[in-house]
Amino acid sequence: MHHKTIAELATGLERKEFSSLELTRACLERITRLDTRLNCFVTVTEETALAQAQAADERIARGAASALTGVPIAQKDIFCTKGVRTSCGSRMLDNFISPYDASVVERFNAAGAVMLGKLNMDEFAMGSSNETSFYGPVKNPWNTSTVPGGSSGGSAASIAARLTPGATGTDTGGSIRQPAAFCGITGIKPTYGRVSRWGMIAFASSLDQAGPMARTAEDCAIMLQAMAGFDERDSTCVDRPVPDYRAALGNSLEGLRIGLPTEFFGEGLDPAIASLIQDAVDEYKRLGATVKEISLPNMHLSAPAYYVVAPAECSSNLARFDGVRFGHRCENPADLADLYTRSRGEGFGAEVKRRILIGTYALSAGYYDAYYLKAQKIRRLISEDFRRAFEEVDVIMGPTAPSVAFEFGAKSADPIAMYLSDIYTIAVNLAGLPGMSVPVGFSNGLPVGMQIIGSYFSEDRLLNVAHRYQQATDWHTRAPAGIAD
Amino acid sequence: MEWETVIGLEIHAQLATRSKIFSGAPTAYGAEPNTQACAVDLGLPGVLPVLNREAVRMAVKFGLAIGAEISPVSVFARKNYFYPDLPKGYQISQYDLPVVARGQLGINVDGKELTIGVTRAHLEEDAGKSLHEDFHGYSGIDLNRAGTPLLEIVSEPDLRSAKEAVAYMKKLHALVRYLEICDGNMQEGSFRCDANVSIRPKGQEKFGTRAEIKNLNSFRFVEKAINYEIERQIEILESGGQVIQETRLYDSVKDETRSMRSKEEANDYRYFPDPDLLPLEISNGFIEEVKATLPELPDAKRDRFKDQYGLSDYDAEVLTATREVADYFESVVKDSGCDPKLCANWVMGELAAALNKAGLEIEQSPVKPDRLAGLILRISDKTISGNTAKPVFASMWESNDDADTIIEKQDLKQITDTGAIEAIIDEIIAANPEQLAQYRSGKDKLFGFFVGQAMKATQGKANPAQLNELLKQKLQ
Amino acid sequence: MSLSAAEVNKIAWLARLAIDGDKAEAYARDLSQILGFVEQLGSVDTSQVPPMAHPLDEAQRLRPDTATEADQRSLFQAHAPLVEAGLYLVPKVIE
Repeated sequence: MHHKTIAELATGLERKEFSSLELTRACLERITRLDTRLNCFVTVTEETALAQAQAADERIARGAASALTGVPIAQKDIFCTKGVRTSCGSRMLDNFISPYDASVVERFNAAGAVMLGKLNMDEFAMGSSNETSFYGPVKNPWNTSTVPGGSSGGSAASIAARLTPGATGTDTGGSIRQPAAFCGITGIKPTYGRVSRWGMIAFASSLDQAGPMARTAEDCAIMLQAMAGFDERDSTCVDRPVPDYRAALGNSLEGLRIGLPTEFFGEGLDPAIASLIQDAVDEYKRLGATVKEISLPNMHLSAPAYYVVAPAECSSNLARFDGVRFGHRCENPADLADLYTRSRGEGFGAEVKRRILIGTYALSAGYYDAYYLKAQKIRRLISEDFRRAFEEVDVIMGPTAPSVAFEFGAKSADPIAMYLSDIYTIAVNLAGLPGMSVPVGFSNGLPVGMQIIGSYFSEDRLLNVAHRYQQATDWHTRAPAGIAD
Repeated sequence: MEWETVIGLEIHAQLATRSKIFSGAPTAYGAEPNTQACAVDLGLPGVLPVLNREAVRMAVKFGLAIGAEISPVSVFARKNYFYPDLPKGYQISQYDLPVVARGQLGINVDGKELTIGVTRAHLEEDAGKSLHEDFHGYSGIDLNRAGTPLLEIVSEPDLRSAKEAVAYMKKLHALVRYLEICDGNMQEGSFRCDANVSIRPKGQEKFGTRAEIKNLNSFRFVEKAINYEIERQIEILESGGQVIQETRLYDSVKDETRSMRSKEEANDYRYFPDPDLLPLEISNGFIEEVKATLPELPDAKRDRFKDQYGLSDYDAEVLTATREVADYFESVVKDSGCDPKLCANWVMGELAAALNKAGLEIEQSPVKPDRLAGLILRISDKTISGNTAKPVFASMWESNDDADTIIEKQDLKQITDTGAIEAIIDEIIAANPEQLAQYRSGKDKLFGFFVGQAMKATQGKANPAQLNELLKQKLQ
Repeated sequence: MSLSAAEVNKIAWLARLAIDGDKAEAYARDLSQILGFVEQLGSVDTSQVPPMAHPLDEAQRLRPDTATEADQRSLFQAHAPLVEAGLYLVPKVIE
């Protein structure tokens, strides 16, 4: 049962081949048995999951089911879940029981999905390897000595290991796409504003976006259908109709114009990955697409711009964690200053501190123009590059990450090397565009992902493009041996 | 050396919205601690702000009332600093693009008309409150006020004395209440003021170093704090010292300002556009809509009172000082149909004195305009004299009776019947032959004696004008 | 761009972060490296480029002025570090 996709599980539930309770129990059993090796889950919500499953079975029996009713999923621990610890991978929130549900959580609840638990992640979503989590790193099911990517590492690994058929992720600089690539699954970061950020703990507000992660584009379509849509509680959430993503999946790719940016295939890219991307592009040609080389001339500035904008916003967003109203508070503060500095000093890990410091510096008097304002201007240039590109092509393809999953500790001593593992994904967040990652093969036994980038609100087209590829190939069906047999 | 004072005021007016500026929590004053602080106000992880339309409308209304520019696009920024009453670690405010810019306000000080520039007015959220009574060495934080909408109104450094500063503040206070955008309750902190004060040698163009006096919440404190601060700065400069730029707090008990060192160290606010909020765009349509709701403004009303009612400058100024007084006066004129000057005298005289004595605002007056109008009508139609009216008013203040009932009950009607008055005069003349003789021999002063006797005999009810006329005839 | 340990401590105070004495040097090294990396931004002339604060070109939406939130103090304070009489307690605030 654990090899079934969400679409298959939904059919099985509808046909009463199995109940949600049986399905949920099976997932929980796998989590109990396997997650000690992988560390995907921070919290398993067994009791509520079983209650939700039972309610789902009743709803199915009433004939009132939606596509997700009774389907188990798991939430990245960045989404607030009422009555359940919401840690954001941080000691700061190790004791935080959220008094409310995130919009995304409400929407899955309303659809009747079953939440298995909360998934491990880089602390406050700051990291590309899951090594910054207070709860220890998640291990990549394909090779447990390598990282699963980050920050949605728990989400990607739990799906690859078939602990859950789908999970939520969030993507500020590549945090859905890069772990999806490292773990051989499918994930989409929607257009900024497509999914409400209400209840999603903010890292960098102008870049953060939630999206689904699953094994197939079709499953991502089903999940995104539930997640997307207007929410009046988020000023940046766009009031725009949500298309029927599943209905568009089968559309023909005849005449699809694919752009390959020169800048995505330059120095720093693992040649094996370049070659697998080329194979995938060839597959698209067979499906009727045309391919064109394009240029995104300011691409090289995206990581520097990102490492100003994201830390600046994070330094302010994380100021609320002060030990007064919720979260970690130091023992016996001597005075107010001690309460602040020690609660925050103890509650945050090294990478979070590094980013708060960089962001504080970039916004401070005398440096604002040189750093923050400059980065905002570069952001405009990058977004203009994409706008021009989309006048010529429908989608842009390239690698999701410059390498396959690396070994634990390989980059943790060198922040810049770590930051460069998001080199191809960051520009998409700066521009606010939708992007996804689909498995296109293996290198050294580790999965390789291809990134597909679309114009604003073209999620339906992206999912269609990914789905038709998955109809023609079977990379997305491969499972890590020994764990997901 | 002769010194010149330069003052600029930053006034924080809490906008009278039902809900907070970025959340749906209620704004009522005086609730139990933290019962009106919702998830957004507490800055819980994951919450987001959405802007209250009414707060924007009120800011625009204010901008229009001071002839300011309404920015077609303005931006909310985060002002970052740590303080326990600031839940998110930043205050959402407006920085380089405020919603209202470049307006002005006319004030009148000692008969001199001055125009004070208003640099800007911007929207922001209020902070919570730290309660300093001792909780075993701790302070208590109440976040009910956090997120209440504020309009911060920043003046140009155009004010030259504490008196001008108070006049400007009073004018603004009246204006925001006219506009019904702020209840103006200074005790509850709905309208409070920070004053930037500096001095310079008279004739010098360059500004001196300023001190900012925080949180002045009464007109009296503004005046006293500024005057104290001027003296302090003069003393420093005259003894060869230098004023330091700092934030000071006014202590009303000791009547002095003192340095607030705790606020000094963290003055790098790291402003940047709030990424959770989009640019605020205000269309011409929106502005027109607000314009249509603008009431008559104080200056226009004052001019109209002079034209329409023939009032003096002084009377018109006093009667338009607040919207409530103006409305009261106009109701009295309308209900009584009497001479506006007579109505004005009563509103500014007897009524104002009684309110003052009872410590009431005009809208709390036990004598409503219709009842006062009834009294003035009876003065006007000579049913009672102006003097008799005073005790009638006092009775009205104590009861719910109207003037006619009281006049009837206490039998206060004037005697205007010529025959009756003549009969009384005849009696008095007959009873006082000696005085009559003296009067007739040229002792004019005795006329008053006869008036007094007649009034005594009629218990003051004889119509004074008629009595005079008839007495003159009879005594000849 | 190179930051000293002293500068790191200054920034850390602005951010209210306790940094262990022996870690300031390491942070200074990391931050200097990151700032060096970011310096590439200066290589492009952006004098004519308007800054981009938001990915989407949208205006702020306005909310109707209605009080929708009921009191949830006991829920919000259930896991608060230190409360008394409905107040959040902090070491004495001195003004």
